[in-house]
Amino acid sequence: MKGYAGKFLEVDLSSGNIRETRISEDVLRQYIGGRGLASKILWDRLGNRWSEVDPLGPENILLVLTGPLTGFAPGGRICVSGKSPQSNGIVGSTVGGEFPIDLRCAGYDGIIFTGKSEKPVYLLIKDSDIELKDASHVWGKGAKETVLTLVKEARKEFESRYRGRGLLKESSMLYIGPAGERLCRAAAVLAKWSHAAGYGGYGAVMGSKGLKAILAKGTGPLPEVHDAEKTMECINRIIKASLSAEFFRRWGTGSGGYAVGAETSSEPIMNWQEEWHDEKSFGVDKFEPFWVKKFWGDYGCATTCLKLAVINFGPFKGSITDNPDYENQAYLGPNLGIFKPEGNIYLTALIDELGFCGIQAGNLLAFAAELYQRGILTREDLGGIELNWGDAKAFSDLLKMIIERRGIGDVLAEGTYRAALKISKMKGVDVTKYAVTSKGIAIGAHGIRSEKDYPHYVSYPCSVQGGDHTSVAYIPLDHGNSELNSILYDSGVVCWFNFFSKEAQEALWGLMEAVTGWKITPDEWFNVMSRRILNIQRAVLLLGGPDLRWDPRIHDDVPQRWYEPLSRGPYSGKAVDKTRIEESVKEYYRAAGWDERGIPTTEELKRLGLDDVDKKLEEIRRALS
Amino acid sequence: MSETNLIWIYRDYQRCSGCRRCEVVCSIKHEGKIWPEASRVRVFMLIPGIEVPHLCSQCHDYPCVEACPVGALSASKETGAVLVDREKCIACGRCIDACPGKIPYIHPTDNYAVICDLCGGDPECVKACSEGGWNALQLVRGSAGYNAKLYARTPEEITRDLARVIYGEEIAEEI
Ligand code: SF4
Ligand code: SF4
Ligand code: SF4
Repeated sequence: MKGYAGKFLEVDLSSGNIRETRISEDVLRQYIGGRGLASKILWDRLGNRWSEVDPLGPENILLVLTGPLTGFAPGGRICVSGKSPQSNGIVGSTVGGEFPIDLRCAGYDGIIFTGKSEKPVYLLIKDSDIELKDASHVWGKGAKETVLTLVKEARKEFESRYRGRGLLKESSMLYIGPAGERLCRAAAVLAKWSHAAGYGGYGAVMGSKGLKAILAKGTGPLPEVHDAEKTMECINRIIKASLSAEFFRRWGTGSGGYAVGAETSSEPIMNWQEEWHDEKSFGVDKFEPFWVKKFWGDYGCATTCLKLAVINFGPFKGSITDNPDYENQAYLGPNLGIFKPEGNIYLTALIDELGFCGIQAGNLLAFAAELYQRGILTREDLGGIELNWGDAKAFSDLLKMIIERRGIGDVLAEGTYRAALKISKMKGVDVTKYAVTSKGIAIGAHGIRSEKDYPHYVSYPCSVQGGDHTSVAYIPLDHGNSELNSILYDSGVVCWFNFFSKEAQEALWGLMEAVTGWKITPDEWFNVMSRRILNIQRAVLLLGGPDLRWDPRIHDDVPQRWYEPLSRGPYSGKAVDKTRIEESVKEYYRAAGWDERGIPTTEELKRLGLDDVDKKLEEIRRALS
Repeated sequence: MSETNLIWIYRDYQRCSGCRRCEVVCSIKHEGKIWPEASRVRVFMLIPGIEVPHLCSQCHDYPCVEACPVGALSASKETGAVLVDREKCIACGRCIDACPGKIPYIHPTDNYAVICDLCGGDPECVKACSEGGWNALQLVRGSAGYNAKLYARTPEEITRDLARVIYGEEIAEEI
């Protein structure tokens, strides 16, 4: 089998048992890796009792999976998955860094964690030398201290164990911050200082398992490929295309920041009450004075779109983060009424430090601030915090209440959607209309009211990853913006920022063949392979549970907020048209092979060889009839 | 030794993006595969954001060559690079101890010392780094003389200095 290390690690955190396991070539050929393989593993192991599995209980499975292209395609990433504590479905959440490369060089394509450890632990991998170690001393610690402590510890350990061979490079790691430990559903799985697999809430799953971190050092080569020469040729084509994207390389996704607000009018402003601003103080050039590193990339990346930002003076001194990227700029900036880079960098850095996802946390904070603005949450509810728009300090105080699960912080730790349900009950008013989420997942910072940004009417209602802006539903399904395309990158597992150009996208198919030896045509991918993954993800969303499940008639919709017209900017007066939403959702169902209720049809599932999924969905068909 | 052929790789650590493209191309050239731990240039990241491309600096007095008990090391007359005779090397590690930067290391699977050979005069890492516009590695023609040895420092030392500039004293002390 080419392109794969060929082995996976299976770690039972309850017993401490660690073993190697293999997955058949047939399954890998069908599901590739990352998000695709996660769907297959989760369905096989939990599908039968999906609705009963508590995502934060010991029966959930945490998956950390690479794909065959990881390390070969520029921009190596790793996919984190499991039953999501946000959507109760499956989310493929990816993060960059060197960890996936080290894992593959150690001889593993991924790790499957089951059970729950009594005491905090971390997993230390040095090739096939693997052990669970006590993590009590870093439990409760933020990102920086956790990284510095554990990397140093691993270095010392290896120095004494592998004497006489010279310096070994440091281990790379994935880890959680206090947000994950305290089971906040907005918690991310982190890498480096500030990289995060944010969507899905897998930081909380790691926390629920008592797993603080995973460190890996691999000393072998990347897996053998089918055709080495062709592999390099494809890699070089992708690199060449990436290097020509000057604006994107320079400013990363932040290059769209000012434009999205000012031009396409689709940026969250004060919890999406508006989507337009023309605040020049938020232009890309205003972030540059804080960059101490002008290009920062992950393994093998040509784009290196990240920048290291540090604040060295003033009230926010000591803040360290990257860029911030567009999502963090938007969600922890204008969305909170913050229009100065310093405040935005400060909050982004704090979110990283505590181990939150910037999008989920920014969405949650703005939701709380709107409730305060409307007098629904009072200063007393907020433990004395005056949660005014633009006050970065007040938002940071609220974040601390959330990770300490103090007062209203305990409710907000459940994430925007669940908190909205609780607060509605507490206060006797419907606040779910201020929760800008889909399937329990905060919407990415790309609105649809102006219709000038890339997501469509069907994008958020029909995506199997809910509000995820990197995986949106789209018609036609084989379009470059469609989530079937995202499934390819998330299963590969590679960073799609190196694949914006047509040239690079084409080279990817060649790379897949050169690495694995499998001829996968776009036709097979879009009509068969990606659809299996899509349908498993759809099925588990419908099964949901145990606390929440999704009824397509109610939940295949955009957030209620977007039916309110925009009141400022060039698209003032525009709102989402309900009838058109209903029509396009139905159109998507047809295109995806789902029935008029949004349930995958027997015919489609059988065509894809997913008979067991079909059988299980009978429950849903009965319930929705 | 004709001085004009001598080359040297200057490193500007602050410009290093951490992309590891240098490791990719080096290991492909020397091992035929992407193999980060067998690359002649290895990028250490003891603290995120501070990436240190670590490779031989060709000290003027070549302490590694001096230290080798079996004469496995020599300095190339052409380029000034340290050449390793794999057949002779007994993987004793004396060259590592002698190197002020602890730069040589024993190959991860085979028993011989790994040291940058400057790709015979046309270093792949420099090409990849400048192609990307990072220019953290740059080719300098001619010998750096006594100055070369100043670059033979451990990743810890280099990281500590850089951390002071980028993050401040507190984080630098963690190294
Ligand atoms: S290629 Fe240049 S920028 Fe990239 S890691 Fe190597 S030295 Fe640093
Ligand atoms: S490891 Fe090899 S090259 Fe280095 S000193 Fe020993 S014998 Fe010489
Ligand atoms: S830097 Fe180290 S390996 Fe290079 S010449 Fe000096 S002592 Fe030898």
